Amino acid sequence: MQNTDNIDRQTWMSLMAKAPDGRMSTLLAAQKIAPKFDWLRPPEVGSVMVRGRAGATGAPFNLGEMTITRCSLKLESGTVGHGYVQGRNKADAQAAALTDALMQTDQAEAIRNQVLTPLGDEIKSTKDTRARKAAATKVEFFTMARGED
Amino acid sequence: MYVAVKGGERAIENAHAWLAEERRGDVAIAELSVEQIKSQLTIAVNRVMAEGSLYDPDLAALAMKQSRGDLIEAIFLIRAYRTTLPRFGNTRPIETSEMECERRISATYKDLPGGQVLGPTFDYTHRLLDFKLAAEGAPTSAPERKASGDLVPHVAEFLNQEGLIEEAPRDDTTPPDLTREPLELPAERALRLQALARADEGFTLGMAYSTQRGYGRTHAFVGELRIGQVAVEMDIPELGFAIEVGEITVTECETVNQFKGSKSEPPQFTRGYGLVFGQSERKSISMSLVDRALRWEELGEDNVGAPAQDAEFVLYHGDNIQATGFLEHIKLPHYVDFQSELELVRKMRREAGADQMPEAAE
Repeated sequence: MQNTDNIDRQTWMSLMAKAPDGRMSTLLAAQKIAPKFDWLRPPEVGSVMVRGRAGATGAPFNLGEMTITRCSLKLESGTVGHGYVQGRNKADAQAAALTDALMQTDQAEAIRNQVLTPLGDEIKSTKDTRARKAAATKVEFFTMARGED
Repeated sequence: MYVAVKGGERAIENAHAWLAEERRGDVAIAELSVEQIKSQLTIAVNRVMAEGSLYDPDLAALAMKQSRGDLIEAIFLIRAYRTTLPRFGNTRPIETSEMECERRISATYKDLPGGQVLGPTFDYTHRLLDFKLAAEGAPTSAPERKASGDLVPHVAEFLNQEGLIEEAPRDDTTPPDLTREPLELPAERALRLQALARADEGFTLGMAYSTQRGYGRTHAFVGELRIGQVAVEMDIPELGFAIEVGEITVTECETVNQFKGSKSEPPQFTRGYGLVFGQSERKSISMSLVDRALRWEELGEDNVGAPAQDAEFVLYHGDNIQATGFLEHIKLPHYVDFQSELELVRKMRREAGADQMPEAAE
């Protein structure tokens, strides 16, 4: 696979991993496509150890774990899809893996337009709202005029 | 000494049935949902995730419901659940410089790039009970303003430019993991930070406060405190590249302390570091102070015998699950132990001639 393809795939997989609970399966179900596939690895819930760095930039340390659900499948065409999602929703992991696989087929454009783009817009909108609320709490310092001048 | 005894099964079953009934409370009042706990008791949910050492707000909320709001019991449930999960791997260290900050303040610089962003804070509230909350009200909405979308640089970077602050050079050694290997001393800083990140908030606060009051004086300033979301990246072997596997809210605190200098280091500011899951401000400031106090040896400072300088004391007593496990076990049957103690005290009394002494009360 070309490197630019990797970057593209990295972007969509990262996006799906962060989808709100239940959203991936809802979005994909709305496409009314149910491609046949075989499991390479059925959905499993597990954890990953999240690391931080001492002083934000120094040596790594183990901060604590987070829950992850992952799976891998193969379409009838032989295309392999991997799903990684935060949390414990197996249906979302399956939808992410199917989307990952379909994005490597000639259905990519439709999937991008109807699943990935709307999901990206939703996540961005939530983030933008919170960023605007944070911006509204930014302190504007001003100096009081002194009496003697 | 432990001896297997039988009996009490029915009493235990009935006790648990009553526990379930009490948990539900008055059935005339609507049942609390896990979603409600997750979205309305978020700070408590964050504490359960931080000290349970597992980031999953739904599970933390469920644990709180099950534990009737006993947070240490909820943390216990999360720790127990965590051990059942297969671990898929370790993430790359999170990049807090890329945090989408919802709160970011500095007590050391007034005007700093990115500004002082208060976020949803209790600071500056009057701490007066708000009786309006006792009645159901219309939802309030927070004002919004145009956001710049720029990344917010760390405060320590400014001090670094003048060479006034100790640097934290990048390093990629694999950190020890106390969930895999028992915590042993001497504990390097990475291990101490892991233990502190999951340590009891109250214990960490007390330790930090003791350093402020003079037990191992570390006069700390909050150089920076930031709360927000960071992406969690992990290398995926089957893909051959890294993807973001999720996004978490964390609180990061960097404290700066004046440092007189040592034989090898000039006078400068040194740093303490706190990083905690969720919006956990008090805990992250506390962690930062305790981290700094525990660095006395590496910085060539005197050990003045303060509790917060004692790594063994701090690290072996800060875990509330270990602590409560040992503490609460003494309420379980110890009939045989006590029987032997009883025999011993009787024997000692006989030897001391106590049985012949007139009773004081008589």
